[in-house]
Amino acid sequence: MGSFQSLPDDHHYRTLSKKTGFSLEQIGILHNRFKQLSLNEEILRRDDFNKVQDLKDNPIRSQIVEAFFDRRNFHKDGVGSMEEIGFEEFLTVMSYFRAPALHTTEEQREVIRRAKLRFLFNMHDTDNDGTITLEEYRHVVEELLSRSGSLGKETAKGIADTAMLEVASISVGQMAPDEFYEGITFEQFLKILKGLEIETRMNIHFLNMDTTVLCK
Amino acid sequence: MACLGNFALFLVLFVILNAQCRAVTIEEKDENTFKNTPTDTGSTTNTSGGGHEPAAIQTLPIVTWKWHHVETPYLVALWILTCWLCKLVCELNHKITSVIPESGVLIILGFVLGGIVWGADKAQTFKLVPVNFFYYLLPQIILDASYCMPNKLFFSNLGAILIHAVIATCWNAASVGIALWGCYEGGAMGNLDIGPLQFLLFGALLSAVDPVAVIAVFEEVHVNEVLYILVFGESLLNDGVTVVLYSVFDAFVSLGGPKINAEEIIKGIISFFVVAFGGSFLGVVFAVITSMLTRITYKVQVIEAGFIIVIGYLSYLTAEMLSLSAILSITFMGVCCQKYINANMDEKSVTTLRYSLKVMANGSETMIFIFLGVSAIDKNIWVWNTGFILLTILFIIVFRFMGCFFLNWILNQTRLIPISFTDQLVMSYGGLRGAVAYGLAALLDEKKIPEKNLMLGTTLIVVYFTVVLQGITMKPLVQWLNVKRSTKSDLTLNGKANNRVFEHVVTAMEDICGRMGDNWWTRNWNHFEKKYVCWLLMKKDARKINDKILGAFHTLNMEDARNYVLENEVNGSLGFIRNYDAANVDFKEKIAFDYANIMPNIMADMSDYDFNIENVPVTSIIRNPVPSVSMDINEQDMRNINGNLTAHQILDQNLYQSRMHNHPAYSRSNYNTTQNPVEVQEIFQRTMRNRLESFKAAKRGISPANKKISKHSKKDSTMKTNGKPVDPHRTHPFGDEDFEFSADSASSSEAAANFPGRRSGAGIVNPAFIHEMETPSPMRNLPQTQTGNSRLPLKPTDLRGLTPPRMTNRSTDSVMMADASVNEKKPEKPEDKPGSHNTKL
Repeated sequence: MGSFQSLPDDHHYRTLSKKTGFSLEQIGILHNRFKQLSLNEEILRRDDFNKVQDLKDNPIRSQIVEAFFDRRNFHKDGVGSMEEIGFEEFLTVMSYFRAPALHTTEEQREVIRRAKLRFLFNMHDTDNDGTITLEEYRHVVEELLSRSGSLGKETAKGIADTAMLEVASISVGQMAPDEFYEGITFEQFLKILKGLEIETRMNIHFLNMDTTVLCK
Repeated sequence: MACLGNFALFLVLFVILNAQCRAVTIEEKDENTFKNTPTDTGSTTNTSGGGHEPAAIQTLPIVTWKWHHVETPYLVALWILTCWLCKLVCELNHKITSVIPESGVLIILGFVLGGIVWGADKAQTFKLVPVNFFYYLLPQIILDASYCMPNKLFFSNLGAILIHAVIATCWNAASVGIALWGCYEGGAMGNLDIGPLQFLLFGALLSAVDPVAVIAVFEEVHVNEVLYILVFGESLLNDGVTVVLYSVFDAFVSLGGPKINAEEIIKGIISFFVVAFGGSFLGVVFAVITSMLTRITYKVQVIEAGFIIVIGYLSYLTAEMLSLSAILSITFMGVCCQKYINANMDEKSVTTLRYSLKVMANGSETMIFIFLGVSAIDKNIWVWNTGFILLTILFIIVFRFMGCFFLNWILNQTRLIPISFTDQLVMSYGGLRGAVAYGLAALLDEKKIPEKNLMLGTTLIVVYFTVVLQGITMKPLVQWLNVKRSTKSDLTLNGKANNRVFEHVVTAMEDICGRMGDNWWTRNWNHFEKKYVCWLLMKKDARKINDKILGAFHTLNMEDARNYVLENEVNGSLGFIRNYDAANVDFKEKIAFDYANIMPNIMADMSDYDFNIENVPVTSIIRNPVPSVSMDINEQDMRNINGNLTAHQILDQNLYQSRMHNHPAYSRSNYNTTQNPVEVQEIFQRTMRNRLESFKAAKRGISPANKKISKHSKKDSTMKTNGKPVDPHRTHPFGDEDFEFSADSASSSEAAANFPGRRSGAGIVNPAFIHEMETPSPMRNLPQTQTGNSRLPLKPTDLRGLTPPRMTNRSTDSVMMADASVNEKKPEKPEDKPGSHNTKL
């Protein structure tokens, strides 16, 4: 982390570009943004994210920010979360949102899809035990609904419970009779979201143009 | 069946033909034929009411033959009936419609009908008159299409749709017109009296891709949603654009070639944009008016749905009056207001609106296709010119492909998800021409365009060619190209919830990386909309429930409730006793308190009575696509979302309501059943006694389980063997002394286990249960809670977190008490499931 000591050199950009798939221009832009957020430092802390104005209205802000510090998003077997991240980590998280290339094969698409879903899954699975438990799920739904005004916790609970049952009912075939339904595993997560075209939707259109000035 | 249908058809037709009166001129008849379609709200003035002055009479006639009084409306009604019967015939013959799209079949049937008319009259007395088409048949189709348009999808693809609708249409019109003119100059068509402007006009009218034809075909092949919305949106808007283009060129033609200079051309272009955007704007204005109106129309709920239709029609006519684009006006009216009116209006009204729009739209669609066929059988319009016709067909296809591919190429430069090649191919191939083109062609003025008939005939051929031939080949093409089909629309709660999560994540990422993307705009619009637009256009309480996740939750609950009632009905189980703790507690308490002491003594005579009342409509109501059940649930649901409720409550209320439908209460303005709590109570008591009595009988061992056995499917019976209460969390088995259900459920499962041979439905019927077996009502049937519910182990709990139904005064109170226990138990809920799986296996 904090891999930049000096001004970004071309070589470093290239390495990052290879690693994350962003173009050099895009990396440049994102680096500018990174510096803007971190107030010209090499590391980014949670507080820095909280300063982003537009993010204030986001009901699931905390989870999203948390995702930036989640080691699981950087390495396959990473555990725990970090206190601060460098540009490379920032870029890695961003790269989950790259649009797939124009011509991708079916398998590549599946890989992308899995990666994106894994990202979301990790976001829900806060305690990193491989399942989204009911508690975790309730939390998500509660936060999602937190902006809809008068709907109380009970509703959120009810919805989360129903959603959970739905998962259970979909994956019921795999369960032994006396088994508990502990939570959603990643495989089940994949299964229930089969209909969702995530690979075409969880994308940001990264322009090759610097628009940082326009946003706060 | 088909023969029967055809026979009926011909019968109707002969009635028409024989009854025809020659006194009315042909032209007038044409005009009137469509004037009074019942589908037109507010336009049903009978223009030719009085036919003949009655002659002085000698004696008082008892009955008289008054054909002339009713002739026009009668003919109209008969034609409508004939057309709809044709549709019925199509639907009955699935073999045909699986190959030829329905629209094609209808046109072919139209040929037949036209032939019959021709044979009888030696002239074509009926044909599609543009006025009728544009004023009485088209509006409801467009309104329906735009009202049912998937809103979000439409607006997120609006850019692409507009580009296709505007630029591609202009391109098609210009290129086809110019190319035809070029060929004409080159001598490919012999000697015709058509100038370049007329060719352009012809090109313009042929550029209308018909939404009706396209949707009819595309819906049958189930293409993916982006492709669908692109083609659908394009064809809808493109109609508007075509009409505008047509009128501009028409003005040019009337102006005449020499007078056209740069100024006029610029005026034409300006007029094009003013007409198109003015129409759209007018539509938005009407949408705002409608939405605001629906904030208060709940006071007159009976006619609430009618408002939308009338205002929609008015927006169409107003735009027409201001010479703006009427089609665009009604399109935008429908698209823009759907969200708000759906939120504002009562669910019943929304359903009513949907269905009435569908009836109207499908009805007139059918008529249009039939009459496209009928109109062809007319030797006056056929002027054959091989070169002209073939070249027209060639050009419209070729240029459509060129335009489509070029524009998609441009769009793909910026689109996040490019439109794939196969999609483009299908899109281009989906350029079906339909009634709009024909209507415009029929509008041509013979004085200005001497070759009108040639154009009309060619248009008809183009329509037939595209609708029938391209329609037939579309399905194989889609299959062959392996076009991505639509995935089943995700009704799952997880889908919706996670979808929302994605949206938030994506916007957050954009905020973080500082890009102003589509999501930025979307979000800002959403923000603005929530703050101001909703405030203006939505009722206060409607605003709160306007959430997608809740919507999905709601829909799911509805589904569950419906399935639950239906399945239990099939299973013969009591709807409201379920194998979940809370519900049982509820029920038990309720019964124990209220009825424990009255139950024994009553029933033998009562049962007959009950039976008579209730065996009538319950199933039909529930199975109805507009189920009364759902309506009742909907009434209160979202508003009391925090209230205590259980699925239990909903269900037993439904059950009352179902029974109550039998009480003959007619109100001019209400379709509600009686809300009299005493009555409800009384009915409930009666049934309960009745049932409990039966249980008693069952317990005494009058062969209890036979009924079920004789009725049930194998699937069910496999569960029966395991149907005992294995749920480890059930604290109280059914065997409670003042509550006899336990007896039945236990004995039924025993019985099922003991007589496995009987399970497959040997039909052994206990005389004590005969009545109940015949009754479809869920109330009537014995409670096989164990077996019945184990079929859908998850459903009842789904229901539990449910939104409250209408709180009928009487029935809820005791239930409410029990709700506390429900809530306490909630945390355990996921653990309930293993139990239910147990029972399932």
